[in-house]
Amino acid sequence: MAKDFNVERNSDAKKVPKRIAFIKDRTRARVRQEEEEMVMTVPNLVAKEIIAFEILIIVLVMVSLFVDAPLEWIANPEHTPNPAKAPWYFLGLQELLHYFPPIVGGVILPGLVVVALIIIPYVRINLKTDGMWKDYPQKTLIGFLVFVGGVTVVLAMFHVYAMLVPTLLMSALMLVPYFVRREGGVIGWLGTRPLSWWVMTWFVVMAVVLTTIGTLFRGPEWRWTWPWNGIY
Amino acid sequence: MKNALDRIVRSQVWRSIFRHGLPDSNRSRAETVFYNFFLHLHPTKVRKRSIKFTYTWGLGGMSFGLFIVLVVTGALLMLYYRPSVPQAYWDMKDLQFVVSSGTFLRNMHRWAAHAMVALVFLHMLRVFYTGSYKPPKEFNWVIGVVLFVVTILLSYTGYLLPWDQLSFWGISVGTNMIHAMPFGVGDKIAFLLLGGNIVGENALVRFYVLHCFVIPVVAIVLMAIHFWRVRKDGGV
Repeated sequence: MAKDFNVERNSDAKKVPKRIAFIKDRTRARVRQEEEEMVMTVPNLVAKEIIAFEILIIVLVMVSLFVDAPLEWIANPEHTPNPAKAPWYFLGLQELLHYFPPIVGGVILPGLVVVALIIIPYVRINLKTDGMWKDYPQKTLIGFLVFVGGVTVVLAMFHVYAMLVPTLLMSALMLVPYFVRREGGVIGWLGTRPLSWWVMTWFVVMAVVLTTIGTLFRGPEWRWTWPWNGIY
Repeated sequence: MKNALDRIVRSQVWRSIFRHGLPDSNRSRAETVFYNFFLHLHPTKVRKRSIKFTYTWGLGGMSFGLFIVLVVTGALLMLYYRPSVPQAYWDMKDLQFVVSSGTFLRNMHRWAAHAMVALVFLHMLRVFYTGSYKPPKEFNWVIGVVLFVVTILLSYTGYLLPWDQLSFWGISVGTNMIHAMPFGVGDKIAFLLLGGNIVGENALVRFYVLHCFVIPVVAIVLMAIHFWRVRKDGGV
């Protein structure tokens, strides 16, 4: 990057009486508000907490009055239901097991997810706030294409179209601000999203898609079943 | 009436418990927070901006609220439940047909549990998208992720307790995943967890102890650290 101007580097205040601050764009100078408006915790915050808790209880009571928790027949090891399903928060995992061998779907991928979540604040990429195409767009593009290509090959190999289609759709969305440089609007907003934002959003989309399919769209033999003629 | 209240607030008994008067001045409002064990996790004053609902969406607080609901309803359910085969299932039926408001009690516990898994996940997303995991709060994020796993384990161990087809096969499918771990480690862990090779009476007792004692204690300790660190790092 070309410098816009030169700064006299001299610490002798007699020779260089005037100093200028050199502020990079990414650490944009902000006037810190000295006097933030403060309020007393009691009653301002505590009252809000109590109201939130009360609304929570009211909603829970309403749901519990009208919707009964499921209770099937007594456990019978001789009689396996078809399909046998784990609780809903594990159905994304169970859906993965349908595509990948158990060691990948049941151990490696969930293990990687937990490790990836834990190390987020210690990885530099998650501390950057620039849009992903801001610095080194060409290099980023090459890395991006290699990664998406690799993921595409693996997902296609195992026929995981449930992950492949949303992945490709999201990749296309990520590429839009690379080709269309625009400041405002939706495209401008997409352009300001950092890489970590995209990775997390991709993870969330995958988790939601897989869990939804596992919960609502899987019937006997884990075959694709529409919810309205499925087991619900 | 006003006089009587005033005398109570000034009495030695009241002062020995609360050490301050009613929160009618800024001084006593600050003291209410400062001298109260439960409220002292909050600062005495907060930024007006940070108590706006849309600042945090109250997700962490509501997860904690659900935890309290679960402790209360869970303790009541324990009065009517015996973790043995097949008694566990008949106790479920008694809750349904014999115990007053038994169905309501169980519904409340069940839906609060599902809601807690969802809300803790949403809380994690909120923290990520607002960048609240950044230094100096890195380690609190780690504790948060562990708490998310703990929440899922709490929900999952409770899933077996009704001992119906849903719970038996749900746990069977889940524990079969553990077997996939390499070098025989998975088999060992599954055996330890179930107290045998299949989901049976031993598994029920183990899940009961994990669900009602071990994991809640871990969760409470981690939550205490989590909230304390939020406060130390300048949150509300």
